[in-house]
Amino acid sequence: MTSKQNKWLFFPYFIWIGLFVFIPIGLLIYQSFIGLNGTFTISNFVTYFTSTTYLKMTAQSFLYAFIITLITLCISYPTAYFLTQTRRKDLWMLLLILPTWINVLLKAYAFIGLLSQQGSVNSFFDWIGVGRQQLLFTNASFLLVATYIEIPFMLLPIYNAIEEIHPSVIHASRDLGANTWETFKNVIFPLSLSGVRSGIQVVFIPSLSLFMLTRLIGGNRVITLGTAIEQHFLVTQNWGMGSTIGIVLIVLMILTMVLTSGRKKGVRKL
Amino acid sequence: MKQLIQLAFAVLGISGVLYLGSFFIEHSQGASGTDTLNIFNWGDYIDPELLEQFEEESGYRVVYETFDSNESMYTKVQQGGTAYDLTIPSEYMIERMIEEDLVLPMDHSKITGLDNIDSEFLDQPFDPDNQYSIPYFWGTLGIVYNDQMVNEEDITSWGDLWNPEFKESILFIDGAREVIGIGLQTQGYSLNSKNDEELNEAFELLRGLAPNAKALVADEIKMYMIQEEAPVAVTFSGEAADMMWENESLHYILPEEGSNLWFDNMVIPKTAQNTEAAYAFINFMLQPEVAAQNADYIGYSTPNKAAMDLLPEETTEDEQFYPSAETVGKLEVYEDLGPEYIEKYNDLFLEFKMLR
Amino acid sequence: MIKSKFSWANLYLIFIFVLLYVPILYLIFYSFNQAGTMNEFTGFTTEHYEALAGDTRLIRIALDTFRVALVSSLLATVIGTLGAIGIFFVRQRRTQSTILGLNNVLLVSPDVIIGASFLLLFTMAGFRLGFYSVLFSHIAFSIPIVVLMVLPKLQEMNTNMITAAKDLGANNWQVLKSVIIPSIKPGILAGYFMAFTYSIDDFAVTFFVTGNGFATLSVEIYSRARQGISLEINALSTILFIVALGLVSGYYFVQQQQRNRKRKLTDVDPTNHQKAVTP
Repeated sequence: MTSKQNKWLFFPYFIWIGLFVFIPIGLLIYQSFIGLNGTFTISNFVTYFTSTTYLKMTAQSFLYAFIITLITLCISYPTAYFLTQTRRKDLWMLLLILPTWINVLLKAYAFIGLLSQQGSVNSFFDWIGVGRQQLLFTNASFLLVATYIEIPFMLLPIYNAIEEIHPSVIHASRDLGANTWETFKNVIFPLSLSGVRSGIQVVFIPSLSLFMLTRLIGGNRVITLGTAIEQHFLVTQNWGMGSTIGIVLIVLMILTMVLTSGRKKGVRKL
Repeated sequence: MKQLIQLAFAVLGISGVLYLGSFFIEHSQGASGTDTLNIFNWGDYIDPELLEQFEEESGYRVVYETFDSNESMYTKVQQGGTAYDLTIPSEYMIERMIEEDLVLPMDHSKITGLDNIDSEFLDQPFDPDNQYSIPYFWGTLGIVYNDQMVNEEDITSWGDLWNPEFKESILFIDGAREVIGIGLQTQGYSLNSKNDEELNEAFELLRGLAPNAKALVADEIKMYMIQEEAPVAVTFSGEAADMMWENESLHYILPEEGSNLWFDNMVIPKTAQNTEAAYAFINFMLQPEVAAQNADYIGYSTPNKAAMDLLPEETTEDEQFYPSAETVGKLEVYEDLGPEYIEKYNDLFLEFKMLR
Repeated sequence: MIKSKFSWANLYLIFIFVLLYVPILYLIFYSFNQAGTMNEFTGFTTEHYEALAGDTRLIRIALDTFRVALVSSLLATVIGTLGAIGIFFVRQRRTQSTILGLNNVLLVSPDVIIGASFLLLFTMAGFRLGFYSVLFSHIAFSIPIVVLMVLPKLQEMNTNMITAAKDLGANNWQVLKSVIIPSIKPGILAGYFMAFTYSIDDFAVTFFVTGNGFATLSVEIYSRARQGISLEINALSTILFIVALGLVSGYYFVQQQQRNRKRKLTDVDPTNHQKAVTP
């Protein structure tokens, strides 16, 4: 291939990178320096970093994302490991990933029905004698639904990582006399860490910015960075502040990526 | 390669069929006229039959889209990428839109039936002489309670919401001005306060109310109250009317301290492409029969005097929805606060949402 | 593996499996409920499906959603594939990784950031919000995933073939058409498939950049879910689930066939040890 042809092939792709990566980020940075009255100012950042409301919200959002990631990891890792041990693992995997094809909104909607006062979960509680509980609009239900939605995204990269471990390595470990647990601890687990890392990436970052769940399931009593951005952009029209929070989110995202860097495997969706 | 190209053409072919499908559906309903009217209205804020009737009578095709807050409507109009011919904001937003030159002045010679409107609702401070807006509905903010779960005497004022018995059980409307307003009015301050001390005082008071909040939502309140998810909700009168229609245990009250009185008026945004259609729609909605049917369906209070005569007496004599002059005197209309104080209210509200 | 461990593992898997499917089956179950709520099953009916069939607005939105998904993923696949080929032939390692880095920016960015910044972009450009703003946004966020699916296939490709073709007098276009594209075809198809699911699934980005009466299913479901439980949405979920199930089984079937073919190849070519793990 000549370099001339490379450029031609590149052309639409280049335009895309310019138009939808560089310019939007540039605009976001620019907008974050625009104050309420349209002048150029750093007041948005000053407000953000001096306001207890915003700092508290950021900390809370971080904490929620952390908990969601942790629970998702604890559930997904064993699932991925056991999956690789089964026969017909491809089919199993596909079936576990299938729920991601159902729209997130529909799943959230199902949980509204499940968790409400008259819903099935409460009817069950009533039946076993625990009595009806407030479930919807609690932190616990928000964490539950968020975890539910994120599980497949954690599952996939870990599964891929374990799958890629060459069987001969495991056989070698066996031949050297290691039992299942030792093989897992000393061979499989260290080799699957790259999958865990990318799993954390694809769950943690979106968890910082979940916004329709905070409304539908959290009743707007859980505020994440994403909720705040959505509110500032679409409700209160303070685009400057919205962009400022956006920049903070981008910085957090880069930090997460750096902390979990390693070879990337698996992507957000199958 | 050949196979890929075939696939690509297949995809394009299917998209073409889909396009024809949606085109066909769009044009098979209502009038066949190519003249369209883009209406941007609140969710569930018109009797859908009336839209059909309008299409039939006028020959315009209606494209109907909804918003769930004045602010989100404003964003889309101000953003400029939209072509709405008619929208129905509330008074403080109309004031702001007039100021920012986002609405077109009304040509009164093209409007018929304005005399059907009660003069009480014309010539309001936010739009003197109705140069820009024509009344659509009006209403109040109040409290809905379920008499199976709450005693009637326990809910008469905003102050009663602080009752520790209501821990985590009140649904609030998701609006900064509404919720901060509760704090202000309980203290006897104006809903339009631009006094930092008053606002802080109101907020300190609201801290005590936060534990009683179950959720801060909007359209959802209707469903949750009907399904008895919560005993008490703070919401608008028309929403309340809808709920009470579905569930007989629900009641609506105007708090003793007073409340918010609001007007939703029809305006023609600057982005309008088809003002003729907009005028036709305004005139249609001003007809007494139409306004009455709409009021009956939506449950909000109509400003149309001629329509009120057509409504059942039990509706128009209901003090909670058509309050007496004395009660109205205690109600306050929102004014545009200006960007700085809007932000202040919003920040306080954000903090309120995070309180437990 | 040891037999006793196996059953515990399977039990856990079944538990997770049930957990993931409960909400979906719950939706489907109540879509046949006579009472209009998801609380109590009072009797079997298909009236909600009939209501769905008569809901022209929802049908139109569904058609629009699929149209956006089909077209956006097609364009994203074309641009992304060409981009991937371009990236592959960049000589300098550093330039290559820089471009890939930029490519990944959109892939990992939270939806809210993408939506908000695209809204800024369209606003500044004075671009009308509606079908095209949604389409362009979907193309934009689907491109990186296509690149990511195609690139590994390029790396697996035998570059000697290109040299050989050139030696035989093929021009660049012929090389692209007859050598490169055929060998990366599975990557291109996978890329298209992924871009399609991205588009169908998206809520946040569309929510920011839509307007003028244009809506996709997710946006419409969001506004309907807030207005209350309507079993029409349940009926819709059932249909979408069946469609997804069909797509996935089709995908699995094709994959299995490909694998079988590949396995035959592995017997012949001992150097190709990829997926030599036989279950």
